[in-house]
Amino acid sequence: MTSLPKSTGKKLGLVIDLDICVGCQGCVTSCKEWNTGGYSAPLTDEDPYGADPHGAWLNRVHGYEVGEGAEGRTVHFPRSCLHCDTPDCVTVCPTGASYKREEDGIVLVNPDTCIGCKLCSWACPYGAREYDYDDGVMKKCTLCVDRIYNENLDPRDRVPACVRACPTGARHFGDLGDPESEVSQLVRDRGGYDLLPEMGYRPVNKYLPPREARDVSSAVLIDEPATTKNEKTSAADRFFAWADQVLSR
Amino acid sequence: MHPAYSVILFTTASGAGYGLLALLSIAGLLNLVPLDPWLGFTGFLVSYAFITIGLLSSTFHLGHPERAWRAFSQWRTSWLSREGVMAIATYVPTGMFALGWFFDWTGGWVWALLGWLGVVFSIVTVYCTGMIYASLKTIRQWHMPQVAPLYVLLAAATGAVLLNLLLTVFGDARPWSFWTAIVLLASAMLFKMQYWVAAETDSKSHTAGRATGLGRFGKVRAFEPPHSTPNFVMREMGHRVGRKHARTLRTLAVVFGFAIPIAASAMLLLSSPLPSWLWATVATVSGAIGILIERWLFFAEAQHVVTLFYGEQEA
Ligand code: SF4
Ligand code: SF4
Repeated sequence: MTSLPKSTGKKLGLVIDLDICVGCQGCVTSCKEWNTGGYSAPLTDEDPYGADPHGAWLNRVHGYEVGEGAEGRTVHFPRSCLHCDTPDCVTVCPTGASYKREEDGIVLVNPDTCIGCKLCSWACPYGAREYDYDDGVMKKCTLCVDRIYNENLDPRDRVPACVRACPTGARHFGDLGDPESEVSQLVRDRGGYDLLPEMGYRPVNKYLPPREARDVSSAVLIDEPATTKNEKTSAADRFFAWADQVLSR
Repeated sequence: MHPAYSVILFTTASGAGYGLLALLSIAGLLNLVPLDPWLGFTGFLVSYAFITIGLLSSTFHLGHPERAWRAFSQWRTSWLSREGVMAIATYVPTGMFALGWFFDWTGGWVWALLGWLGVVFSIVTVYCTGMIYASLKTIRQWHMPQVAPLYVLLAAATGAVLLNLLLTVFGDARPWSFWTAIVLLASAMLFKMQYWVAAETDSKSHTAGRATGLGRFGKVRAFEPPHSTPNFVMREMGHRVGRKHARTLRTLAVVFGFAIPIAASAMLLLSSPLPSWLWATVATVSGAIGILIERWLFFAEAQHVVTLFYGEQEA
């Protein structure tokens, strides 16, 4: 049914820490590896060894350059379905293949009833849905619905594949509908935010902003006076001067 | 947005078909044309051909056309589903009305009721088509109050051009039908131009800084793309070529889609030495070219907010 549930029991989702993500693409490949054999199988790639390789992937990591000069920074930005609370990707679907689960809020596509009209991908502001040209149906993040409740897996593996794979711990999984959950606390402590809140889709997934940059001006070596005083600064001296500056930050 | 030919053909052909269907029905109901069986037969056949070709072409871009019937189920929330339901429903009253016309069971209130019902259904179907696009908040140029009414007006205008061709071929053309075409074409043209101005002056409210939430640290520039060649999202929603040539193409759309058909319809009002069906053919061919350009632009000029993640600064 493409009508949205009035409310969902839980609001399962991800919290992504942009301060920590190093853009290693580990979550991207791990997601592809799990999902091409799981609920979303197959996740077809077109022309994989040719000149124009592309295919259905459910998680993408962008790299942005933000700010200017010394204030500039690189931010790695993972992007996947945010399992929105009131998403139009569900309501525009003519077949009922796109739906939001009442029990946990996960947004899924039923691959047996999807006609591949692609309208849901147009309705998503976040580019989270990728059409499988070969399979003829829409693919999207399932929040690893086939892992998180899977009792055949070791308990520590009952989290989305991307969360399990992240080597830096930049991805957190939990119930964002429960204000006392660890993820909700993390969002409160770190000022987690919604992407494009003005669209009104009320994304469940949250992003933690990069922390304020430290004042690096004192770390810039101003060795002009030092060299005039003593032309032959030894490597050891320079090392201690550097260490002093680092430690006194 | 990527201008897919199947969708361009769907919206233009079915629009013109419903336009002709409604106008022919009105003309018959108001006794503005003789209820000649072969005029009715040809007119309804042509409308149904346009509508059906359009609807079939819309299924070409489906991944699973054999499941298309499922699209009738979600009319409570989905404009695409409503469009499908209305498109099929419209065949019923209009088909019975057409049979009545052909077999001369005209004149009764049942026939009139079926006729007016068909007119309303045709309008509602085209309105639903427009709402498929107008309901998408993600595309500023579509999410505008003008979009759905424009679809209806353009359908009526293209239908009026087809009706003139039909009537001139059957030798039943009257000034009212030429005037109808001129008035509908002129108002569609003005409305479309007002839409273009509105779409351009409307401020772009979404920025890359807001989309990523990183605007607080300064300007956000795409640095490392997440994939080396365009993925589905970029293929479907990252189209930019159309915006480059928009000005020229808009002029062509206005000239071919409206100006020439208006002029040709005006020639029908004057007594010209050339046969009237020739002018009506000029209007039809030129109108078809213009309206295809107009529809191509409708898609090509539309910018999806997802492009903000891929390097656009505002949408
Ligand atoms: S991120 Fe996109 S696909 Fe996922 S629920 Fe929100 S609108 Fe739908
Ligand atoms: S592509 Fe599939 S899931 Fe998406 S709107 Fe169409 S039928 Fe629904």
